[in-house]
Amino acid sequence: MKFTIQVNEGPYQHQATDSAYLFTKAALEKGHEIFRVFFYHDGVNNGTRLTTPPQDDRNIVKRWSELSAEHDLDLVICVAAAQRRGIVDDGEAERNGKDATNIAPGFRISGLGQLVEGAIQSDRLVVFGD
Amino acid sequence: MSEIKKFMYVNRRAPYGTIYAWESLEVVLIGAAFEQDVSMAFIDDGVYQLTKGQDTTGLEMKNFSPTYSALGDYEVTKIYIEKESLEERGLTLEDLQHLTWEDEDEDWAEKDSIKLVSRAEMAQVFADQDVFFNF
Repeated sequence: MKFTIQVNEGPYQHQATDSAYLFTKAALEKGHEIFRVFFYHDGVNNGTRLTTPPQDDRNIVKRWSELSAEHDLDLVICVAAAQRRGIVDDGEAERNGKDATNIAPGFRISGLGQLVEGAIQSDRLVVFGD
Repeated sequence: MSEIKKFMYVNRRAPYGTIYAWESLEVVLIGAAFEQDVSMAFIDDGVYQLTKGQDTTGLEMKNFSPTYSALGDYEVTKIYIEKESLEERGLTLEDLQHLTWEDEDEDWAEKDSIKLVSRAEMAQVFADQDVFFNF
């Protein structure tokens, strides 16, 4: 089956992001296709490489990046939600005159159309959040 | 992308307090470009999103409620309101914005977008959908 995953909550604050990761990983291991993972609302905070969790805790951001590298997983951060919350890649830094970037490897910033396209192209849209 | 799916946007939360309502509306507006068969449902505290006369001055937040009146222009013409959710909050349809759309096939006649349905009827509406955007 082909899935698009939507993550609506921030890392560490809310288990939604852990559940989304574990679901995505399990689906891939079972041979399903993940068309895209789309990060929205505070979910965009899953994509900052500047997080430094305690060493005895899971590294949520790094975990996504590694899964992306392993499975060529498309991790998309909503641009409007990212701009509000300060998630920045090279393109956004240049467009909005920011002095730094913080996007993690494997993530890209794009529009809400990517979510809608995912819903159209996939058999299931699975949403993680409250 | 020729396939047309039935999209249901479920709005469950009050308009301010959290950003879900506003960012949900942004998905609806962007999604309109994809020409799917779109419906919206307002249940639980979500019914407050459509109340008339919202004033956010004291909150220092943007009052985005006027945007709902543009939904008809985005061809979002099926807006389901759950009757019990209104009643539980002491609201009636009179407390909500009057949302309409213009029917191109009937000489642009103005039609009501809002459909008041019971909780049981809402379950039937939901059963008929392909994709849920849950906010």
